[in-house]
Amino acid sequence: MRFLPHTPEQIQLMLMVVGADSLESLFSSIPEECRRLQDMNLPDALSEWALNRYMDALSASLAVSPDYKIFIGAGRYDHYIPATVSALKSRSEFLTAYTPYQPEISQGTLQAIYEYQTLAARLMGVDVVTASHYDGATALSESLLMAIRKTRRKRVAISSLIHPFYRRVLQTYLEPAGFEILDLPFLENGLTDLSLLEGTTDIAAVALQSPNFFGCIEELKTASKKAHEMGALFVAGFTEALAYGLLKSPGSQGADIVFGEGQSLGIPISFGGPGLGMLGCTSEHTRNLPGRLVGKAKDLDGKNGFVLTLATREQHIRREKATSNICSNNSHCALTAAMYMASLGKSGFCNLAKLNHDKAAYLCRQFSDAGFRIPFSSPFFNEFVVEFPKGFETRYQSLLEKKIVAGLPLSTFYSKLANHYLFCVTETVSRKDMDALIQEVKS
Amino acid sequence: MTEPLGASGLILNEKLLWEKGRKGRSGFSMPESDVPSSPLPMELVGDGPDFPDLSEVDVVRHYTRLSTWNFGVDTGLYPLGSCTMKYNPKTNERQAGLSGFSGSHPMLPESLCQGALKLMADLERFLAEITGMDAVSLQPAAGAHGELAGMLVIHAWFKKKGNSRSKIIIPDTAHGTNPASAALCGYIPVQVHTGAEGILAPETIAAVMDEETAGIMVTNPNTLGLFENHLKTISEIVHAKGGLVYADGANMNAVMGIADMGRIGVDVLHLNLHKTFSTPHGGGGPGAGPVCVKKYLKPFLPVPRIIQKDSGQYALSEDFPESIGKLLAFHGHFGVLVRAYSYILSMGAEGLKKASQLAVLNANYLKEQLKDTFHLAYDRPCMHECVFSDRYQQEYNVTTLDIAKRLMDYGYHPPTIYFPLVVHGALMMEPTETESKEDLDQYIDTLKKIAVEAKETPDVLRSAPTRCKVRRLDETAAARKPCLAG
Repeated sequence: MRFLPHTPEQIQLMLMVVGADSLESLFSSIPEECRRLQDMNLPDALSEWALNRYMDALSASLAVSPDYKIFIGAGRYDHYIPATVSALKSRSEFLTAYTPYQPEISQGTLQAIYEYQTLAARLMGVDVVTASHYDGATALSESLLMAIRKTRRKRVAISSLIHPFYRRVLQTYLEPAGFEILDLPFLENGLTDLSLLEGTTDIAAVALQSPNFFGCIEELKTASKKAHEMGALFVAGFTEALAYGLLKSPGSQGADIVFGEGQSLGIPISFGGPGLGMLGCTSEHTRNLPGRLVGKAKDLDGKNGFVLTLATREQHIRREKATSNICSNNSHCALTAAMYMASLGKSGFCNLAKLNHDKAAYLCRQFSDAGFRIPFSSPFFNEFVVEFPKGFETRYQSLLEKKIVAGLPLSTFYSKLANHYLFCVTETVSRKDMDALIQEVKS
Repeated sequence: MTEPLGASGLILNEKLLWEKGRKGRSGFSMPESDVPSSPLPMELVGDGPDFPDLSEVDVVRHYTRLSTWNFGVDTGLYPLGSCTMKYNPKTNERQAGLSGFSGSHPMLPESLCQGALKLMADLERFLAEITGMDAVSLQPAAGAHGELAGMLVIHAWFKKKGNSRSKIIIPDTAHGTNPASAALCGYIPVQVHTGAEGILAPETIAAVMDEETAGIMVTNPNTLGLFENHLKTISEIVHAKGGLVYADGANMNAVMGIADMGRIGVDVLHLNLHKTFSTPHGGGGPGAGPVCVKKYLKPFLPVPRIIQKDSGQYALSEDFPESIGKLLAFHGHFGVLVRAYSYILSMGAEGLKKASQLAVLNANYLKEQLKDTFHLAYDRPCMHECVFSDRYQQEYNVTTLDIAKRLMDYGYHPPTIYFPLVVHGALMMEPTETESKEDLDQYIDTLKKIAVEAKETPDVLRSAPTRCKVRRLDETAAARKPCLAG
């Protein structure tokens, strides 16, 4: 086996040193009752070349763009990834290192994560961003646990237009500890209805997503004011980070804690994971943040460097009293995101965001011109909802055979929204593809 | 001693990203617009994030220079105990990068993602076979997330029985994630002491296990690198009081093809694919922490579950009403799962068993060769790792930290230090199976040389490292006045 360097002679020599007769006898202290009765039943080992053939075939069986025209976002977005990002992130000094516990020998990871924290803070409009979380959904959950710790209140109010999967993850995190979730319904214009908040006083946090699951841009400032009047924290977030190349940042709209999914920042979709959980806050909440943080430090000679810091919040020091159980996070995805943000720069990021919006607006207008109903009137970024006439389901299925995925049916998530489909357009979709889609849907 | 690995080379300085660049540069090839402009209402539009504008070459030089300040498994021996820093095969990267795997959208109809579902169904089956458990969910994103999943499963099981329990037994050798994960489910950890042999004694558990206690969280092999020989008896004690046994499988690399966790009486176990199954640690993730359970706990696993229909087609099913719910927006760290799958297919059953055998051989070899130089906490045959301490060096006022820092000058990543907490000044070394005898011998020689330095020139250790990008950093000052963004 090419990953195992021992020759039979070396194994014998080493066994002699340790005083064992055979490799098997190294395990002689393990009681019989703990041992396997049979060998493991696994496929025979494949050569590198046989594995390539097998994996090539398996991979080729999957539907991906550009072969398929996929008009779905809903938490995972198809964006171009520069070759530089793919090449640089693959450098094995980054890829094959572990959490930078030993800073002198990990300055590469540490500076890169410090830079990620900085760029992400600028994007989200907050003072501090952690070194990353697993995904947007766990970042949302950690945000609300923070708010619960901070306010000592046990109820949180959540927009029903936060990604439905995020809300389910949140439920998993909050329920066993006995915390309650108040669902905020949505209005006819596709924005969150905040009226349920009137008169409530026991809410730890109000949480919104913008652009929300329907793609609509929420009025964060209004929600923030409402939350603060109730003594609650305002938590705002996103599934599409690119939107903030165009929109006012959540932090600048009054969010105390900002969560988000950073997959759009140069990370492949990869069947939904790994992504990048982004979590930040204003500086007054820094010591309540869960997860890793990188900070500036000086060495013995006064030279600048970086270290993991504020570790006294964390599980390896505080154990059950820690601000979270998180240990490893998605550091390599944060590194990738930093490379992506650095490659685009402010100008590139803003231009790309604008292009995404322009393209989505084009498709939306084409649907509208073709006579389809656009049910929600609020402005959107690169996703929007279309309502089709009854029976569109059959057409949807036949389009799949033509390698077109005409949006995401919303009825699975919102039972009242039969025949409503969520569409997404990014820079990877051409006008030609959009025109072809409209032709197919119309015919 | 042969020529040491560590040598002085040219280290290039590199500014922070925003100290570079010029407005108007770009490192991105902007796609041309083929649609009309469609401005948003002005009140929604912001100024855009203040990112520096850099050229492609600026970005490439920046990250290439940063990378040279890092040490990875590809650079050299990385004996970080309990982290299993084994070689990460390049073929895994190739497979995960295939366009079907890297481009597949998680919200497509099942008919369009059969290949991904098959891969996941196969991997679940392989992991069940390797551990001796019955069912697996690949959804947890990391080890600690797998622990949380496991504890939630236990919590759900008791809830269903109408029998809520408040405590959980956790040994003093446990990773900090264990009590932190248990606390998220509202359990109060009850710490128990490891016995004189470095493993748990059944009577210790019998003394605290009661009907208020949900069970035990135990790492096997434990963080001292020792197999918990009494775990079967301990399981029986816990089960007799209606409790469940949670095993932290962080150290599974020692016992593939050897131990059967199911037979031992383990009810729930998580794995770290980034340890045992060779997926890269990435500077702190992404990992993957599948959770494996016995049959009777299967209904509680996270949803969606992958099922195979009579037609042979795979599907994602939400139809598990007792499930703990979702733990991650989508289906786990699929990119990491592809790498682990690729590893298992490359190794086969025999290869995996051989990997465990050689991991244990390497650790015992290190232990034997170094036990006269450094104090060995528990002098008995170990599994995948061995734990020394700085006891012999204390008379020269040299600490574990000094030894660790000096190793860097010689071209090694230090071992895990000051953990497990039960060994004062611990130096926890896990060489893994992918290190050759020659490389181990050189590492052993280096540590022996450092022990001599500790006696003769202790200041050299106390001022180490001197050959890295920076010298020792003041972590206390960094935490007192944190600067977390530029």
